[in-house]
Amino acid sequence: MWPTILIASGAAYALKLIGYVVPQRWLDTPMSRRITALIPVALLSALIGIWTFVDGQAIGIDARVPGVIAALIALILRAPFLIVIITAAAVTGVVRALGWLP
Amino acid sequence: MVTEHRRAILGDAVALGLGTGVYAISFGALAVAAGLSAWQAQALSLLMFTGASQFALIAVVASGGSAVVAIATSTLVGTRNAFYAVAMAPVLGARGPRRLLAAQATIDESTGMAARYEGDRDSARLAFWATAGSIYVLWNLGTLIGALGAGLVEDPNAFGLDAAAPAAFLALVWPRLTSWPMRAVALVSLALAVILSPFLGAGLPVLVAGAGGIVVGLALGARARESSG
Repeated sequence: MWPTILIASGAAYALKLIGYVVPQRWLDTPMSRRITALIPVALLSALIGIWTFVDGQAIGIDARVPGVIAALIALILRAPFLIVIITAAAVTGVVRALGWLP
Repeated sequence: MVTEHRRAILGDAVALGLGTGVYAISFGALAVAAGLSAWQAQALSLLMFTGASQFALIAVVASGGSAVVAIATSTLVGTRNAFYAVAMAPVLGARGPRRLLAAQATIDESTGMAARYEGDRDSARLAFWATAGSIYVLWNLGTLIGALGAGLVEDPNAFGLDAAAPAAFLALVWPRLTSWPMRAVALVSLALAVILSPFLGAGLPVLVAGAGGIVVGLALGARARESSG
């Protein structure tokens, strides 16, 4: 197990480092600036989708969905970060405990 | 006031650290349930320090997958960090040893927090480092608690901890969704990732969907600086 952990961790670090080692002038074009500005929103949104609607490789509605909807409502009501996260976990936990959704 | 502004950034960084720390408890517990020792779970949080890859690795281990598959899956899931680093490099302007530290600190949350302060480099840097530091400490503390207490809780997801991560990411993206092109980027990326998940292996749906969202954003002329959030 240890070799797996160390090799995977090394690979994860190498990926993180690559982006800092690439010469900046390669990326200093208007197009690449626009793309890099969109990267966080695009990738985080993709992760939100998967962590809300996908379990393994199966699409479905489970207790996470009402939790994330509750988080969305909390954000619309301008709740601070921690409240948003706690609201999501609480709603998902309650929905699951009541057996409404898996 | 400047100091109040900085305090607000630090407050958000700590809040985000607490949220992911809670999520880390479920990581620690699930890692031990997958057959890792508490030390091995801790090593992942200390060294790999990128939650989605850590979860991907223990999921493969738990399902009896080989070491090669476990490494490949976690690496593929972590590929997006390279793109985050590309986006953060000009913002941070880190050199020498600082660059090595910046690499380890480059994760979803630190990048997302820095991205909220597009056009305000000082705030973006503070948000990046404060978020990474807060999460590094609390992510590892949460892992320790989860790994040591693994036997006490039958299913960490019973407390809804699996909704904490998507909620935290939604909170990160939210301030950027002030224009319709940006909303289109988010919605297209989200929908594509879900739709592609049954057909593509771990990590790939996120990258392909993200690329699709970026193409849509470029076509619609989405500008990142439309609002400072």
